[in-house]
Amino acid sequence: MAIDMMKKVPVREQDPKVRAKNFEEVCLGYNKEEAEAEAQRCLNCRNPLCVKGCPVSIDIPGFIARVKEGDVAGAYEVISRASALPAVCGRVCPQESQCEGKCVRGIKGEVVSIGKLERYVADTAKELGLKPAVTAEKKNKRVAVIGSGPSGLTCAGDLAKMGYDVTIFEALHKAGGVLVYGIPEFRLPKDAVVEKEIENVKALGVKIETDVVIGKSTTVDGLLKEEGFDAVFIGSGAGLPRFMNIPGEQAMGVFSANEYLTRSNLMKSFRDDSRTPIMKAKKAVIVGGGNVAMDAARTALRLGAEVHIVYRRSEAELPARAEEVEHAKQEGIIFDLLTNPVEIHTDEKGWVSGITCIRMELGEPDASGRRSPVPVAGSEFDIECDCVIMALGTSPNPLISSTTKELEINRRRCIVADENGRTTKEGVYAGGDAVTGAATVILAMGAGRAAAKGIDEYLSAK
Amino acid sequence: MFRILKKECLAPNIYLMDVEAPRTAKHALPGQFLIVRTDAEGERIPLTICDYDSEAGTVQIVFQVIGGETYRMSQLNEGDCFADVVGPLGRPSDLTEIPLDELKKMKICFIAGGVGTAPVYCQLKWLKKQGVTVDCIQGARTKDIIILEKEMSEVSDLHICTDDGSYGIAGNVCVALQKLIDEGKTFDRVVAIGPMIMMKFVCQLTKELGIETIVSMNPIMVDGTGMCGACRLMVDGQVKFACVDGPEFDGHKVDFAQAMQRMAQYKTEEGRLYLAAKEGSTHHGGCGNCN
Repeated sequence: MAIDMMKKVPVREQDPKVRAKNFEEVCLGYNKEEAEAEAQRCLNCRNPLCVKGCPVSIDIPGFIARVKEGDVAGAYEVISRASALPAVCGRVCPQESQCEGKCVRGIKGEVVSIGKLERYVADTAKELGLKPAVTAEKKNKRVAVIGSGPSGLTCAGDLAKMGYDVTIFEALHKAGGVLVYGIPEFRLPKDAVVEKEIENVKALGVKIETDVVIGKSTTVDGLLKEEGFDAVFIGSGAGLPRFMNIPGEQAMGVFSANEYLTRSNLMKSFRDDSRTPIMKAKKAVIVGGGNVAMDAARTALRLGAEVHIVYRRSEAELPARAEEVEHAKQEGIIFDLLTNPVEIHTDEKGWVSGITCIRMELGEPDASGRRSPVPVAGSEFDIECDCVIMALGTSPNPLISSTTKELEINRRRCIVADENGRTTKEGVYAGGDAVTGAATVILAMGAGRAAAKGIDEYLSAK
Repeated sequence: MFRILKKECLAPNIYLMDVEAPRTAKHALPGQFLIVRTDAEGERIPLTICDYDSEAGTVQIVFQVIGGETYRMSQLNEGDCFADVVGPLGRPSDLTEIPLDELKKMKICFIAGGVGTAPVYCQLKWLKKQGVTVDCIQGARTKDIIILEKEMSEVSDLHICTDDGSYGIAGNVCVALQKLIDEGKTFDRVVAIGPMIMMKFVCQLTKELGIETIVSMNPIMVDGTGMCGACRLMVDGQVKFACVDGPEFDGHKVDFAQAMQRMAQYKTEEGRLYLAAKEGSTHHGGCGNCN
């Protein structure tokens, strides 16, 4: 295959017109020939900046060199040293602001498709039946991990590899956290990818107990004092969805993105045979510009709606991954940027009938460094719609913090933890969205990894 | 697994089950709820806990067949298992936090409507155990659908009323409450649990009478842990999540009109047709306020 060193080997994707009507995965990934060609574009830098951009410090040039040689097992071994969920990360990491954002190849020409190569290695390893190796001797110590999302799975996997006896407690009926309830099938296939990654973690000896809400079914103290755990990791995730507090927000047809996505992803209501209902809107307005907004928008589109994304800043500030925005546009989602809702209207039966928005302009930078949007007086206009989905982020769930003595939370009600995940309560570690507020899968994994190290040091010294 | 140890049909379409769920049983308190799933494809169904035995590790639920999912639940038998039981969820009744000497001084009247009788039983039983016996009005449309009468009378001063006058006081729960007051009873708190329409009318009356009233809200939910926001309702002008802030709220501050409207969100024609075909009617009533 001819290689243009300046350009990425393009990745095959489902045609936008076709995929707008199905829930199959959008990106089809590289095959062997494409992956080996793309791998040749890696400069194998002596000082690899890409590794510095990776929250779990995968030896990126190391695994790419093995891909180039056709040694997938070797590449998988290199990645597995740093990441427990490569098939997930290859799909959902914001590579453009991490590894690929630092790639030296990008100074002239296009960056190396590191994410797509990672995905190729993970998927091929799965096809070959490769499993991460377990080596450590069993330690006679037990660790409880709260939550089976990215941080919990990573922390549990790492601890199991070190020889600890680990049990994950999951509140929902299915393990995976946001990978299962939040991210849609067309971006992250559940059976083919998520389920397999969880099987890999279980293969390390990790036990998973579903249907346990810590703070209710038992407490952190209960785990430590009654159930005999020596340490606890809290990776309970983000929490309660935010609303705008505008008139009409309680109308029928207004959903949080969490509800809409949980119905579709966890309860499978996108399928005709699902017993959990979901609203199939004619015209949906999604409020927000993050990955969750893109996921809700593209789900509504696939369920048959015309979809508008309403976001108060401009395109440059959209917090979503560049690829998601690109895919959403290709699929025909309409972006109403510099626009903010002010009121939701209802029909005589209480269902959404439209939304009044106001145009915005960008003013002075705010605390986050982004220019803050300011309403343009008198610029209100109406969008007719039958569904409004709020994707405005979340605020921390108090279930654990309010039932655990000595566990300090900050002003934003997130759990306080240091860089090793250590909280203010002895033997209790935390990481992921429960500590940082809503962030990304890979940052949560990084925190899970750091906490596993912290827990190992704590228990080894004990 | 969450095995069904006992199943009893209390009245047409109303079932009681004792289910093995040790974690839920161990930590449950009156006022809390749980979520069950019949099988791997099932919906998550929130139900208020009706009784619990922390020693035996069992919880009791009472449910009425009102749709496809509760119909499936009713088809399970002793020895069968639910795929999932998770709980206890929500906050316990604030009665469990009031010091006993104060609790003993309170003049409380419980009002139970339809299957709401079962969660009221849970609270009455707990109070009785603390040495507190209170009045309870139990309402039903007609004599045949009164449930748990013996159990309720063992843990409270029970006043039964029926809309059609076939048993007890003739009239709905509001008529019965007014009657007790007219006879000279005084109450400083009412706790009403039942259909939303019943709780709404009780609150209208108690507001006029100036009696503090607690209601237990059971809106549509998905996860039950605060994540989805489907169960949100307006209480005193603020958005509250029934699953984490409730399910019990100050009834005089709840926006019932909106809550009842939101309940209709997934009541589809198909659902009604399914029930009509299955059972010949789509409405089993019991509260006395809807005709």
